[in-house]
Amino acid sequence: MIQALAFYMFAFMTIASAILVISSRNPVHSVLFLILAFFNAAGLFVLLGAEFLAMILVVVYVGAVAVLFMFVVMMLDINFVEMRQGFLQYLPIGGLVGLILASELLTLAGSWIISPDASRVGAAPIPDGVTNTHALGQVLYTDYLYLFEAAGMILLVAMIGAIVLTHRRRTGVRKQVIADQLARHPADTIELRKVDSGRGI
Amino acid sequence: MDDLLLDYLPILIFLGIAIAIAAIAVVGSMIVARQHPDGEKMSAYECGFDAFVDARNKFDVRFYLVAILFIIFDLEVAFLFPWAISLSNVGMLGFWSMMVFLGILTIGFVYEWRKGALEWE
Amino acid sequence: MVDFWFNYIWPVAWIVIKIVAIVIPVMLSVAYLTLAERKIIGGMQLRKGPNIVGPFGLLQPIADGLKLFLKETIIPSGASRGVFILAPCVTFVLALVAWSVIPFGDGMVLADINVGILFLFAISSLGVYGILMAGWASNSMYAFLGALRSAAQMVSYELAMGFIIITVLMCVGSLNLTDIVMAQKGEYGMLNWFGVLMFPMAVIFFISTLAETNRHPFDMPEAEAELVAGYNVEYSAMAFALFFLGEYANMILMSGMTSVLFLGGWLPPVDIAPFNMIPGPIWFAAKIAFCLFIFIWVRATFPRYRYDQLMRLGWKVFLPLSLAAVVIVASVLVAFDLAPQV
Repeated sequence: MIQALAFYMFAFMTIASAILVISSRNPVHSVLFLILAFFNAAGLFVLLGAEFLAMILVVVYVGAVAVLFMFVVMMLDINFVEMRQGFLQYLPIGGLVGLILASELLTLAGSWIISPDASRVGAAPIPDGVTNTHALGQVLYTDYLYLFEAAGMILLVAMIGAIVLTHRRRTGVRKQVIADQLARHPADTIELRKVDSGRGI
Repeated sequence: MDDLLLDYLPILIFLGIAIAIAAIAVVGSMIVARQHPDGEKMSAYECGFDAFVDARNKFDVRFYLVAILFIIFDLEVAFLFPWAISLSNVGMLGFWSMMVFLGILTIGFVYEWRKGALEWE
Repeated sequence: MVDFWFNYIWPVAWIVIKIVAIVIPVMLSVAYLTLAERKIIGGMQLRKGPNIVGPFGLLQPIADGLKLFLKETIIPSGASRGVFILAPCVTFVLALVAWSVIPFGDGMVLADINVGILFLFAISSLGVYGILMAGWASNSMYAFLGALRSAAQMVSYELAMGFIIITVLMCVGSLNLTDIVMAQKGEYGMLNWFGVLMFPMAVIFFISTLAETNRHPFDMPEAEAELVAGYNVEYSAMAFALFFLGEYANMILMSGMTSVLFLGGWLPPVDIAPFNMIPGPIWFAAKIAFCLFIFIWVRATFPRYRYDQLMRLGWKVFLPLSLAAVVIVASVLVAFDLAPQV
């Protein structure tokens, strides 16, 4: 009973906060609702028994991706009136994307009827005594070796792309060079002189 | 209800209790203490001046770069977790596949170091 | 009806009792940590520290709390009210909830989940939000700059923490916190191969926790000399108190995490007669207290870092070092076949 109660709570919160993401006027509030949606999705993962995925969802999406979103929406001067003017212009593309997603969801839901076996494989219980982190570890790095390395390559491309796009070297700044500081010796820079009184140097 | 979910139930209850404590503390203080807001008191703190500009203005693109690089390395850490605890099961193939993965990302790390993306001036 | 009582109400009530048994000691230690900090720093600077309220100033934290409770909650007119109030609550709630997976003794854990360390890692990665929300919602220059700095700093050091947690996990072979503690149980108590191999990691981890909790010498977000008080400059009364409580609870939590990962949790340092008679939770508390003392000691000793130095330490020193540590520890474990069988 508690399980069902928790499911409905998480599911309701996910959908409600997802709706609030697109309907709230302030983009920062949107991101905050997005975080709430991620949280509840993590709760749903836990209810499915996928605890590792639930935690990774929080670590990666809430802890990293949403921080970037937050940076972007908090600190960019976005003119919201202007943004809303483009609404009709983007409507066809947005509608198309929405349609594709909806049809994909329908296909997924239909697969229960078309091939009941397929969904049963997905819902197969985890073998006893193996946590799902171990289960992942045993196949990800050996059986799915190429996909794993491809993920590495994608991350590399992302890293290089981020630097190429955003990195600007500022001119005219003085940087601290620690090696130079350590190499300085008192004898090179300080000279002791006897100053006669009333004369100056 | 199976055991795995029973383990998580206390966390959910704890979350509820913690939220309740925080809410009671803030609301209780608002009710108990005297509230006398006035215009000066409510203005943003800026050493006695009126604020010159809106505080939420543009800032250095460097912060975005830090956030992006953080995402990438965080994913790397996420990939390491299952590998770390099944080190004895994956054998030599699993070990070397992770070393190659880390090697690829080290190339990226060296690149950003050489490009000066890690510098703060 | 009786069934319902026994199946649902009683177990939940029992959980609530256990939660209260965690929350009250944590809150009390937070209160007395503030006093201990002032007393210790006072001692290090040849002052007495608070000594007026109660004997040896023992009632000082309670007086402070009461005073903050009775103050006016000021919400700046330019602020976003909802987010402004929510921010300290987020910090506080996160700092409390993380305690649900910490093992205080053998089997003395509220939620013994399989992915305990990942849960803690997730919670600590969320700490950024309280600060970012506060900085943005205040609509004040100082708060905003403090929040920005803090967010960038926390994510930078989190990477090093993540890699170091990985090195520990490789020697343990499980994500469960109880397993992590038990893996450190050697023939000679705490001083086994685990501790020796992990000592450099423990140092890096501890320094990263200093940065993660925005403590000295990495307290750039608060930097009172330039940013006045950083992200919480606009806060007052209980909202401020919640930030304060959350931060100190976080310090205790990070010390607990260090104890669990490196100092053997509730295990006695040497497994012989006088030491193993003392119950586990007391050892655990003693280890946390030890870490907290170092937190305060560091504060009394070191000057504040400059921001570029701070980022360089995180990205150019700790990140490569901890990444190298992952490779080295993995190589050693595989080469000598030491990796734990699971």
